[in-house]
Amino acid sequence: MPEISMRVNGTDRTVRVENRTLLVHALRDGLRLTGTHVGCDTSQCGACTIHVDGAPVKACSMLAVEADGAEVETIEGQAMSDGSLNTIQQAFQDHHGLQCGFCTPGMVMATAALLRENPKPGDAEIRHALKGNICRCTGYQGIVNAILAASGQPVPAAMDSEPAPVAAE
Amino acid sequence: MLDGGIGTATKRREDVRFLMGRGKYTDDHTPAGTCYAAFARSDMAHGRIVSIDAAAAEGMPGVLAVFTGADFADVGSNPAGWLINSRDGTPMYEPKRPVLAHGKVRHVGDAYAAVIAETREQAMDAVEALEVEIEPLDAVVDMAAALADGDNRVHDDLPGNQCFDWGWIEDNREATAAAIEAAPHVTTLELVNNRLVPNAIEPRCSIGEYDPGTGDYKLTTTSQNPHLTRLLISAFVLGIPENKLTVIGPDVGGGFGSKIYHYGEEALVLSAAKRLGRPVKWTATRSEAFLTDAHGRDHVTRIELACETDGTFIAFRTETMANVGAYLSNFSTATPTFLHGTLMAGNYTVPNVYVNVKAVFTNTAPVDAYRGAGRPEATYSLERVIDKCARELGIDPIAIRRKNFIQPDQYPYASAAGLEYDSGNYDALMDVLERRADLAGFEGRRAESERRGKLRGLGINSYIEACGIAPSNLVGQLGSRVGLYDAATVRVNATGNISVMVGAHSHGQGHETAFPQIVADMLGVDPATIEIVHGDTSKIPFGMGTYGSRSLAVCGSAVHRATEKVIVKARKIAAHMMSVSADDVDFADGQFSVPGTNKFVAWGDVALKAYIPHDFPLEEIEPGLEETAFYDPANFTYPSGAYACEVEVDPETGVVDVVSMVAADDFGNVVNPLIVTGQVQGGLAQGIGQALLEQTTYDADGQLLSASYMDYAMPRADDLPTLVVDHSSVTECTHNPLGVKGCGEAGAIGSPPTVVNAVIDALARGGHDVAHIDMPLTPVRVWTALQQA
Ligand code: FES
Ligand code: FES
Repeated sequence: MPEISMRVNGTDRTVRVENRTLLVHALRDGLRLTGTHVGCDTSQCGACTIHVDGAPVKACSMLAVEADGAEVETIEGQAMSDGSLNTIQQAFQDHHGLQCGFCTPGMVMATAALLRENPKPGDAEIRHALKGNICRCTGYQGIVNAILAASGQPVPAAMDSEPAPVAAE
Repeated sequence: MLDGGIGTATKRREDVRFLMGRGKYTDDHTPAGTCYAAFARSDMAHGRIVSIDAAAAEGMPGVLAVFTGADFADVGSNPAGWLINSRDGTPMYEPKRPVLAHGKVRHVGDAYAAVIAETREQAMDAVEALEVEIEPLDAVVDMAAALADGDNRVHDDLPGNQCFDWGWIEDNREATAAAIEAAPHVTTLELVNNRLVPNAIEPRCSIGEYDPGTGDYKLTTTSQNPHLTRLLISAFVLGIPENKLTVIGPDVGGGFGSKIYHYGEEALVLSAAKRLGRPVKWTATRSEAFLTDAHGRDHVTRIELACETDGTFIAFRTETMANVGAYLSNFSTATPTFLHGTLMAGNYTVPNVYVNVKAVFTNTAPVDAYRGAGRPEATYSLERVIDKCARELGIDPIAIRRKNFIQPDQYPYASAAGLEYDSGNYDALMDVLERRADLAGFEGRRAESERRGKLRGLGINSYIEACGIAPSNLVGQLGSRVGLYDAATVRVNATGNISVMVGAHSHGQGHETAFPQIVADMLGVDPATIEIVHGDTSKIPFGMGTYGSRSLAVCGSAVHRATEKVIVKARKIAAHMMSVSADDVDFADGQFSVPGTNKFVAWGDVALKAYIPHDFPLEEIEPGLEETAFYDPANFTYPSGAYACEVEVDPETGVVDVVSMVAADDFGNVVNPLIVTGQVQGGLAQGIGQALLEQTTYDADGQLLSASYMDYAMPRADDLPTLVVDHSSVTECTHNPLGVKGCGEAGAIGSPPTVVNAVIDALARGGHDVAHIDMPLTPVRVWTALQQA
């Protein structure tokens, strides 16, 4: 079995894989980074979205051996250095951008890539950019609102009778 | 209102771990020594198993064991939870549902063997090496053909493939027929409620463990209701005593019904763990999820609406064929009957209702409750035929509904379909809707669309649902084999913080945030000091889990009751500490005091005292501060709503664009508005998906053609408009202590007819007289309808 080396969330890691092992399984099973999820077997759902050498990649669509020598970022490396949520993560919590949380790591990674490309995306641009990420829980409204907020843009009021969200306990 | 208490839009505390990638879903658990299961699944819809030769597979690298149906021939059957009797009084046909298919395979994906190996890949390779002979049989796929064909049988001893022929309410059959016969106007509609695949984004996964030292089993599994799963395995399938089996539903990535049920894979990993003495894990691929998760809906219905020429409703009558697939999944017999027929009076004062449902076995995956479960089917039939009727009579769709609404002074209202609605105000909801959806401005928007060559339509809908799926007394009369209460234990720890063990399971609903709001509100303490424990049968009281919008209404009420008991006990302790009678003690804002004196003790002091009872009068006060309540309500809850949707149809292509969707719901009191809004938005997306995109297609041979995300159209972000949700119109539930009704399914119930009504309206305004188009309203279906009218 080949051994591959990657820089994962800023740390050099090596892992043994079979030639057929997908990158997502190398991360989950080999490195125990289980924040990256598997939701499908046709590279459609986006639950496995990570960054490889700075670009968003569906980790189920790439062999682990192809990532030998690469710089990999996963959800586990996204928080601020003091351990608090980063801007995108915080916006997802503030705007109820997740329910079951299963699509969420992929959504956060896809959002990070989107905002690097387009720091102030409009509603339609956000929805278009999320085409490769399926969420079955939220109806996407909370996610779109979170991305607007994370990029410093106003968020549509959910309802005029609704009190403003307060901080989590 | 306590800050952070009931009614506060508290951000969800569980989000932090999910956003950090620290959620712990079933597949994230890999106990030391884990080996892996893979299943051999039928690639034909119907066949007789002639032989399975496992010799080659057993010799493959890493293979530890092979199981076939024969290994489970002597264990029990996975049962249907509700017994339904046919109109003639005969009980439904209930086939055995084995752990692994034995004798026959009955749908594509039916598992007939399993291989356990050191790695997942080795197990999958060995499945390929099984030498299997299956003699193909003709597949039973179409429901009408299944009923008509006495020879072609899903189950060999059931000619005609009919599970039951149910009438509701049978005594109303003749009166309803006579009322329709005599009515001045009858509108008839035939429609299909399309079959859906639930598609929680986390595929099912199960890990079985066995401790040979103690004889204890542990099942970690993607479950919405660990106690129900344990009960089914213990009492029906494997006979493992409940006190030797722990079932854990850890973080679960969505359910929507599909993870209510016990599946054979769970029994397999437990049995294999015992045989091998090692943890055994199985994780479904998405392909397996499509083939084997219980599907939803799949009704074919003919509905008649009889009314006066002014639109006053006289009678509703439906005839439905409901597909149950190849085996009866746990709730499959309740879904098309008591969760469907009982709602067929809708929000209306109609005097006559009769519902007939024939449940049909086919060589397809089992069909069971999916978000809404029966109630979306009822609402769709009713609200589509009402729209057609309004069009025929030239009455405004809002006016015809308002004309027939049950009025606020009529509650409690005994509906013609056998339920007693406790509260509601449907005109008030319609008022909110008219304002929030700016219906007055529709004509201007339509004219603007027209200038761009688009047909704009407005769809209106009102719905009622029965939620808080519970009252044991009522469901027992309706055929349920289980009780449907829930339970909670409130444990005040010595230093004053609180653990609340609940029977409900959170897989997106936000219980870890919302339940503490209830307890905090009642005790006047900081919600941050309250933790929710759920999902582990070894830690929580026996509750029935999460489905049917029941968590808050039933389990939340149990939390309320248990907290009340805690207050009673704490008051006694406080009285003892202040040397007064408990009757003289007031409790407010986390402090016990004696009015008119300066005596008080704080919450924390009472908690500590409960565990340091040096001077307790032990015959009057036991040490400790922990109480359990089982809550079984008196009735269902009845959330209701009014929805509006605007669509633009491109007459050149038939493409439908949903440009607005507004939901006005009455959920009773709202504990956390942020979470409620999210629940409705999620339901709306699923409903719009059903209306426009999602279609489960089997071909005539029973092959599932829509078996991946390449072929099954899931709603994506750019398929959906901004989802506007308003739950400001409140009538409290009259019989639970929180006055809450439940919100989880509303969006999926209310939205499909709203969307279809809007498309039909758009076509009509464009001069196309189209009575109906079946869901999903794909471009080709809409375009075809446009060409024909
Ligand atoms: S698991 Fe990679 S896209 Fe679905
Ligand atoms: S939050 Fe559950 S799939 Fe997106």
